[in-house]
Amino acid sequence: MKLCLVVDDSKVIRKVARRILEELNFDIEEAVDGQDALDACARNLPDVVLLDWNMPVMDGLEFLKAIRAKEGIEQPVVVFCTTENDMSHIRMAIEAGANEYIMKPFDREIIEAKFTQVGLI
Amino acid sequence: MNNQDFEFLAKLLKEKSGLTLTPDKVYLLESRLTPLARKRGLDTLDALVQKLRTSRDEGLVKDVTEAMTTNESFFFRDNTPFDIFKNHVLPAMEKARPNKKLRIWCAAASTGQEPYSLAILLKENWAKWQGWNIEIVGTDICTQVLEKAKAGAYSQFEVQRGLPIQMLIKYFKQEGDVWRINEDIRRMVSYRPFNLLSSFSLLGSFDVIYCRNVLIYFDQPTKKDVLERMHSALAKDGTLFLGAAETVLGITDKLRPVRGQRGMYVSTDGNAEELMGLK
Repeated sequence: MKLCLVVDDSKVIRKVARRILEELNFDIEEAVDGQDALDACARNLPDVVLLDWNMPVMDGLEFLKAIRAKEGIEQPVVVFCTTENDMSHIRMAIEAGANEYIMKPFDREIIEAKFTQVGLI
Repeated sequence: MNNQDFEFLAKLLKEKSGLTLTPDKVYLLESRLTPLARKRGLDTLDALVQKLRTSRDEGLVKDVTEAMTTNESFFFRDNTPFDIFKNHVLPAMEKARPNKKLRIWCAAASTGQEPYSLAILLKENWAKWQGWNIEIVGTDICTQVLEKAKAGAYSQFEVQRGLPIQMLIKYFKQEGDVWRINEDIRRMVSYRPFNLLSSFSLLGSFDVIYCRNVLIYFDQPTKKDVLERMHSALAKDGTLFLGAAETVLGITDKLRPVRGQRGMYVSTDGNAEELMGLK
């Protein structure tokens, strides 16, 4: 099974994402901010990170830049999942090495479609 | 709803759109036509049926037909028919059309996601198609959905179902809450209202036809009729795409499935498979 790290400071979002992704046959780990996510990656590098943008301590974009600097561009696949829904944020994320981008609110269909596009399903 | 009313509506829909309504679909009539009845100032579905029986209100008949057709659509829906288009159909057509003319028909274009997905795939390799005359025709029985298709404006939900983010960045502009497909993509598709029960002769002939998730609503003789007329409208080396739950098998022998390519059909008397390197 593939491992997905769900990074979001909202417990509710983490729970919803976990439920959807477990149904899609992913193992799940959770992190509450970018720094927590970096620590989780250092312990066990996931196949994919579902990544919120706005979080305390370290935001999603900083995490993305740090993990790409450390691990390169292949792994993990990074899928942003954020309420930031304007083109400039989307461009910024893709330029920093995100593989896909989900604009909240999301549902199972969107997660499934996006994970399929990046070749995880 | 009583039996007579059901029979009446079923017959009307069959005549007007080819849609076959089985008695287990009564709930669909109720859920889709009750809001229409209210909009028309009628209290109940029974009143709507009465009105249809007693008046020759063609506008109302049209509204009923449109309300009963299903218009769900996504960009790159089911992926495979678009992968085949990109990897097999386009390379074959590039070789087989020295006159550089390509005509594509989306026979159930709905809100435009299918024709625009094809337009995007062409645009991705645009240098190759310079000097070509490429026409994508999108038709649908429902004029309401075609208005939306022409506008090319989609909600945040719609652009996230099937459309890779890179393509959203490249081919769409954000206008407040909606995402509008770029003018150059929009101009590649022409839309017109069209009923599949009517003659295809005015549409001309096509190299590629997409007719997905329509035949499932038709009975066997209607399926056969539509498929055989599509075969006539299709170039000998052309391709037809049907929905995942649809087939030509047992309906007509003028078309045959291409082995290993789900949803793809070619003329039995043509050479499309060789052309595409699929034989």
